Amino acid sequence: MTYVRPKFRHPELPKNKLGYSVDYYEGALSTLCAGCGHDSISAAIVQSCFDLNIEPHRLAKLSGIGCSSKTPAYFLSNSHGFNSVHGRMPSVATGANLANRDLIYLGVSGDGDSASIGMGQFVHVVRRNLNMVYIVMNNGCYGLTKGQDSATADMGSKNKSGKTNLFESIDLASLAIELGAGFVAQSFSGDKSQMIPLIKAAMNHPGFAFINVISPCVTFNNNVGSTKSYDYVRQHIEATSTIDFVPEMAEITTKYEEGSTATVKMHDGSSMVLSKLEENWDPTNRHSAINAMQSAKERGEILTGMLFVDGDSQDLHHVIQTSDTPLNILTERDLCPGSIALEDINASLR
Amino acid sequence: MIDVQRSGPSTGMPTRTQQSDVLEAAYASHGDTKHILLFPSTPRECFEMTADAFDLAEQIQTPVIMLTDLDLGMNDHLSEPFVWDDNRKYKRGKVLNAEELDKIKRFGRYLDVDGDGIPYRTIPGTHPTKGSFFTRGTSRDEYAAYTEDSGAYQKNMDRLMVKWETSKSLVPKPFSYPTNKGNACGILFFGTSTYSSEEAMDMLKEENVFVDAMRIRAFPFNQDVNAFIDSHETIFVIEQNRDAQMRSLLMIELQASPQKLIPILNYDGMPITANQIFKEIKQHLTNTK
Ligand SMILES: Cc1ncc(C[n+]2csc(CCOP(=O)(O)OP(=O)(O)O)c2C)c(N)n1
Ligand code: SF4
Ligand SMILES: [Mg+2]
Repeated sequence: MTYVRPKFRHPELPKNKLGYSVDYYEGALSTLCAGCGHDSISAAIVQSCFDLNIEPHRLAKLSGIGCSSKTPAYFLSNSHGFNSVHGRMPSVATGANLANRDLIYLGVSGDGDSASIGMGQFVHVVRRNLNMVYIVMNNGCYGLTKGQDSATADMGSKNKSGKTNLFESIDLASLAIELGAGFVAQSFSGDKSQMIPLIKAAMNHPGFAFINVISPCVTFNNNVGSTKSYDYVRQHIEATSTIDFVPEMAEITTKYEEGSTATVKMHDGSSMVLSKLEENWDPTNRHSAINAMQSAKERGEILTGMLFVDGDSQDLHHVIQTSDTPLNILTERDLCPGSIALEDINASLR
Repeated sequence: MIDVQRSGPSTGMPTRTQQSDVLEAAYASHGDTKHILLFPSTPRECFEMTADAFDLAEQIQTPVIMLTDLDLGMNDHLSEPFVWDDNRKYKRGKVLNAEELDKIKRFGRYLDVDGDGIPYRTIPGTHPTKGSFFTRGTSRDEYAAYTEDSGAYQKNMDRLMVKWETSKSLVPKPFSYPTNKGNACGILFFGTSTYSSEEAMDMLKEENVFVDAMRIRAFPFNQDVNAFIDSHETIFVIEQNRDAQMRSLLMIELQASPQKLIPILNYDGMPITANQIFKEIKQHLTNTK
């Protein structure tokens, strides 16, 4: 079911540069369980797009199947959406992006959607460096089908029926770093102040930007013994840094403690200022990021924040040298080599 | 999509030819589903139908599957030169631009405005406030909103059927042989069974046996296929699979009588021969005399 959100809004809601108030970026009323982490992530997406002054019709939202993949119905109702088949969002995003490089692509998926049925698609979209933001709403279970363990459930974690997961978990963020992703972050649905700057920075990253958000399933995986419950995550979370996203032209006004900050320039002139909390970690170094994550895992901590960023990342279009004009507006004149070229082909076969 | 058919099931004889994906391709996917199929028989037709397939896919807003086979895809063939009309325009189908959207009160992605079952579509990013919609695999109403309303669901399924009817006049027509003279027997074939079927007709002619012939080039079947079956007492359906898949498709879709459709089948992995066709037709005609 999709419910229509009541239209009434406070008339003096602040407007962004485009003259839209935040409600213009909302979607239909969510039908997820009250308290589901996914709804907080949707709210962070709405806020980020509002702050970034994004024209909703210039953004395409895509997803697979799952409670997480239902969320595109609950944000950005003025954007084009595509709810694809289970685990197949990356293919649809790749096709759409190749056809029109000028839109912003926001992919939303779940841990089941990405780490099980869609794993083959996930790894390839990472290594192709498709210019998109890919958010996994990670609850360690298949929420929509009533809470079976997913491949990201930690070994030893208990599910609602008290069963312990016997298998090693897949860490999507580490995997993304290893596969060459240029932007990898991790966050928690309960930490909106961290999520919003991460989403904004991801949208400004010129290539594949991955955010793994731990997002508790209150109905099936919020029990004692689960490592994806609100309580457990709150107790074991450790941030790499505090993050500020500074848009292009804006002045950096916050005062940062000397020596502890790293400024990462984004391609459009905006920058991300990270006040590092985690020692011995360099967000621009893959080894360092992986090490930090591995040692956090050994300590039983969940590392959140910016994990790795490559400021020189080049997206798929750059690599395969497609035309600057989106392919979907090229015409016969640009695309069809015509009868003369065909005659050459005929001749070569004679 | 291009399916270069080879023998199955599973990996089958991976280096051998067959025409055995007909039914799978026609009804691929769950639910009430039918797909548009094209059956080229020569390299030149592969070239032309591939271009046509893009036009059809956009006009009808649906995947188009071209069923060629290993014989055509991997063996050497003598071919007429390929030709291209430089004035040809891509057919993009019913796509609304920003001005057209401005003139519409409310855009409905699945609204059958023209009564042909093919609604209008938009390309993402066209208009700031109009034309965006949410594509989903689930049931939806005419405005692309999720619904489990039975009426809305059935209406959409019926619209898809109207679209199917419309596509019958858009897909390539069957090829009717100029020698057709109202004989009692006809032969129906498609794809690479063509060469041998034509040769078999010549062999039969030498023995004063005359048959009419039609080459099927697309599914859904054009009205002409129906008429061809109706106007003959016996139809030999020539194909390269065990289960007479094209014959089944004709029975299912055109309610053609099974008694009337005599299968001539080859499924040894090699292309069907004129000799086999010739012998089986003669045999049948002798037996029924
Ligand atoms: C091809 C296919 N296989 C299985 C299913 C059943 N199914 C629906 S949702 C789901 C798991 C979703 O898990 P996840 O991506 O983690 O999303 P969550 O609901 O936890 O947010 C499964 C297996 C399906 N819809 N399609
Ligand atoms: S089942 Fe779990 S994941 Fe799904 S909506 Fe409810 S709380 Fe969220
Ligand atoms: Mg999940």
